Amino acid sequence: MSNVSVDATESAHNDNQPENNTRRRFLTVATSVVGGVGVVGAAVPFIASWNPSAKAKAAGADVEVDISGIEPGQLVRVMWRSKPVWIVRRTPEILEELSTHEDKLKDPNSEAEQQPTFAQNRFRSMKEEYLILVGICTHLGCSPQHLKDGAFEEVVEGVPDGFFCPCHGSKFDMAGRVFQNVPAPLNLVVPPYQFVDDTNIILGSEAEAV
Amino acid sequence: MNAFLEWIEARIPIMRVANMHAIQYPAPKNMNFWYVFGFLATIVLVNQIITGIWLTMNFVPTSEGAFASVEYIMREIDYGWIIRYMHSTGASAFFIVVYLHMFRGMIYGSYQKPRELLWVFGMFIYLALMAEAFMGYVLPWGQMSYWGAQVIVSLFGAIPVVGPDLVIWLQGDYVISGATLNRFFALHVIALPLVIVILVFLHIIALHEVGSNNPDGIAIKHKKGSLPESEKTKFQIHEYYTSKYDIADDILPFFPHMVLKDLVAFCIFLALFTYILFFAPEMGGKFLEHPNFEIANPLKTPEHIFPVWYFTPFYAILKAVPDKLIGVLAMFGAIAALFALPWIDRGRVKSWRYRCGLHTVNLIVFAIVFVFLGYLGATPQENWKIVASQIATVMYFGFFVLLFLYSRNEKTKPVPERIA
Amino acid sequence: MKKLMCFLAFFLPGVALAAGGSVHLDKAPIDLTDKASLQRGAQLFMNYCLGCHSMKYQRYQRTFADLGIPDELGQENLQFTGEKVADYITRAMPEDAAAGWFGAAPPDLTLVARVRGEDWIYTYLRSFYVDESRPFGVNNKVFPEVGMPHVLQPLQGTPTEMHEEVMVDGEMVEQYVGIKSDGTGSMSPDEYDQAVADIVNFLEYTGEPAKLDSHRIGKWVLIFIAVLFVFVYLLKKEYWREVH
Repeated sequence: MSNVSVDATESAHNDNQPENNTRRRFLTVATSVVGGVGVVGAAVPFIASWNPSAKAKAAGADVEVDISGIEPGQLVRVMWRSKPVWIVRRTPEILEELSTHEDKLKDPNSEAEQQPTFAQNRFRSMKEEYLILVGICTHLGCSPQHLKDGAFEEVVEGVPDGFFCPCHGSKFDMAGRVFQNVPAPLNLVVPPYQFVDDTNIILGSEAEAV
Repeated sequence: MNAFLEWIEARIPIMRVANMHAIQYPAPKNMNFWYVFGFLATIVLVNQIITGIWLTMNFVPTSEGAFASVEYIMREIDYGWIIRYMHSTGASAFFIVVYLHMFRGMIYGSYQKPRELLWVFGMFIYLALMAEAFMGYVLPWGQMSYWGAQVIVSLFGAIPVVGPDLVIWLQGDYVISGATLNRFFALHVIALPLVIVILVFLHIIALHEVGSNNPDGIAIKHKKGSLPESEKTKFQIHEYYTSKYDIADDILPFFPHMVLKDLVAFCIFLALFTYILFFAPEMGGKFLEHPNFEIANPLKTPEHIFPVWYFTPFYAILKAVPDKLIGVLAMFGAIAALFALPWIDRGRVKSWRYRCGLHTVNLIVFAIVFVFLGYLGATPQENWKIVASQIATVMYFGFFVLLFLYSRNEKTKPVPERIA
Repeated sequence: MKKLMCFLAFFLPGVALAAGGSVHLDKAPIDLTDKASLQRGAQLFMNYCLGCHSMKYQRYQRTFADLGIPDELGQENLQFTGEKVADYITRAMPEDAAAGWFGAAPPDLTLVARVRGEDWIYTYLRSFYVDESRPFGVNNKVFPEVGMPHVLQPLQGTPTEMHEEVMVDGEMVEQYVGIKSDGTGSMSPDEYDQAVADIVNFLEYTGEPAKLDSHRIGKWVLIFIAVLFVFVYLLKKEYWREVH
C-alpha cells in the first residue's frame, strides 16, 4: 500500500467521485469487501433464527406408537414432526386389491424415492399388514381423506378402498400409490420407522443395519 | 443499463433525491466528533427496527406467556439471544447517542434561528423514544417491567379530577395487567415506531432545508452573488443548494467525506456496542435490571425499584419534590424546558466558542447536574440525597433561567466570517 | 394515585434500613468451563432442589448437551422415569400445595443467578443456622426469616451461629463470626463449600446457557471490527488528505 506514490496536486477535488488513484481504489475495494463480510456475518443470526427452534427439533424427535389397539381396516392418525401420520391395519382383502389396479398407477413399483428402501415393494411397508404413511398429499400439501368399503369406487372404478384428496382431486391406493391423470406427481411418503416389538413402532428412525 | 436507469429516473427521482439529500449535500468541513451521533442514532434506529421485527416473531404478548417467550428466544431459538441482546443493548445505546446528540445541539447553538423547528422535531423524537422505550420495557413482563409500569402509569393519576379514571383507562384494568401488556405491545411494535420513523424523516428534511450547523456556528450558505468564484466550493453540490445560495469553500460533500468520517465513528461505536452485547449484556444491572429476570408478581414489589437509567434524571426530579402534583409537573416541566430552548436562549451567537464564559460554565454545570440527577434517580434513597436532589433540581431549571437572563445582552467574542 | 403515594412512602425513609441489613457476601469460586463441576452441580440440584423448585425454562436435553452428558446417561441418573429428554425441568410438587407448605410457592430457579447474583446464592446456601423459633428450625443470615428448610443439612451437618466477645469502644460486645457445623454431615466443611459452589456454578449456567458461546463469538466479532476499523480509517484518511 505504502509504495504507491501519490501526487497531491493531481487530485483536484472538483467532483465527489473517487479519483483514478491506485491507493484510493484499493482501499475502497478492500473496505467494501470487509464491510460486505460484516453484513453477511450480521445476517447469520437473523437467518439462523428461522430454523426450527431447539424445542421444535426435540418435538420432531422419534415418536413411539402402540399399534396393538388398531382394528383390521382401521386408520389411526398420530403426529410426528407436526405432520399427520397414518397407520392403517390392512385386511387381507385390501392387500389383494393392490395387485389388481397397477395399470392405473403412475409409479406402481415405487421407483421414485418416496420411501425408505425397506418399503420399496408392492405394499410399501415393512410388514404387509401395517401401512404407515405421511398423510400429506404430494401435490400441494392437503391431507387426503380415507375412503373405504367401496366408497372409493365413486372415484376410481373397481377400486373399493383408497385415499382421495379433496383439494385438487388426487387419488391414491391403499399403499399410498398415486393414480394416473391426477395433479399429484408422486406416491405418498413413507416415513422411516422400525418395529420395537410386535405391537410398538418408533416413527422417525430406521433400525440400524445389522 | 444506462437507458434503463434513465427510464426509472424519469418516472421516480431516486438519483435526484439521493444526490440532493445524501451524495451532494454540503456539510461544513469543520464538523467534529460531536457530529457523528445523528448518524449513529439512525444506525441504532435501524437496528431496533430489524431486531424488533425478529423478536416479534417469537414473542407472546400475554401476561401468561410473555416472560416464558423471552426465555424461549434466549434458549430455544438459534442465535435468539444475540437478537434479544442487540435489541436490549440497542435501547440503551439509543439514549446514549441521543443524549450526546442533544448536548451537541446545545453547545453549538444548533437550536437557534433558523433551526428552531429542527430542534422541536428532535425533541418530539426524544419524547416518542421515551414512550417507546417505556412500553418496550414492560413487554418482558419481569418484576421491573411490572412495577416500573405501575409507577409510571400512576403518574397520570396526579392530574386533578380525571387522574384516577385516566389511570384505569390507560391500564385497561384496575392494575397493570395482560390488557395493559397487549396495548403496550401494539403501540411498541407498530404505532410508535411509525411515529418515530416519520419524525426522523421530518427532522432530516428540516435539517437539509436550513443546513447543518457547525462548531463555529457560522453559515456556509451565502447570499447568491455575494461570493467571488474563487471562494465558492469546488465540490459538486446539488443545484437545489447552489441555485439559491453561494456555497462557500468551507464544505465537504456528505458522500464520501462525511460518510467515511461517520463510518470511522461507527466502527468505534460498534466495538463498544458488541463488547457490551457479548461480554456484559446486563451492564451491571443497568441495561437489564436484575429483578427483571423474575416474572412479574403483582403481590410483591422488589426491594429497590428504579426506572431504567435513561429515565432516572427525570425520576430524580419527581422524587425531589415533596408534593405529588408539583412533582409530576416538575418532571414534565424539565422536558418542556428543553422544548422551549430556542426561545429561552435570546443570544445571537450560536457556538459556545464565541459566547460569554458564563455560558460555557452554565452548559458544563447543566451536563454535570443531569448526570448527577441520573445517579440520584438510580440509587436507593438516603437522607443526604433528598436535599441533594432538591438542589440539583433547582440547578437544572436554573440553567434555563440563567440562560434566559444573560443571553439578552451577552458579551460575545467576534465570530469569524468563514470557517478557518 | 394511592399507589404512587404508597410507593413514594415506601421509598423515602425505609429503604436505607432495608439496604443496611445486608451481610457480607462471599465470592463464589465458580468456573463455567468446568464441566465436571457443572455435572456435579446438576446432580445435586436434581437431588436436593428439584423436589420443590422447578427450572421450567430449561430443557433436560439442552442441559445434557451443554454439560457433556450423554442423553441416556442423563435420563438414567438425572430424570424421573417416564420423563422425556426433551422435557422442561419441572418439579412434581403441585403449586397450591407448595404455597400451603412453605407460605409461598418456592420460586423457579432457572434465572435465580441473574436475579440474586452468584455470590448471594453461594453465601446463602452456606448461611443456614439452627433457630428453634422458625417453623423448620433453621434461619438464614443472608435471607432472614427464610421459609425454606435447610435441605443440604445431611451434607453440611447441623450448623450453628458462632459468636465471639470483642472489644468495641471499651465495651465487650457479642459479634457474629460465622457458621459452624457440628460435623454430623456427610461432608467436611471444604467439601460442603465445593458442593455449594458446584450448585451455584450450575445455576449460573442455567441463568444464561449461551454465555460461553457469547464470549467465544464476541471475541471474533471484536477482532473483525478491529480489521474493519483499520480499512475504514485508512480510506477516510485517504479522502480527507487534501482537506484543510
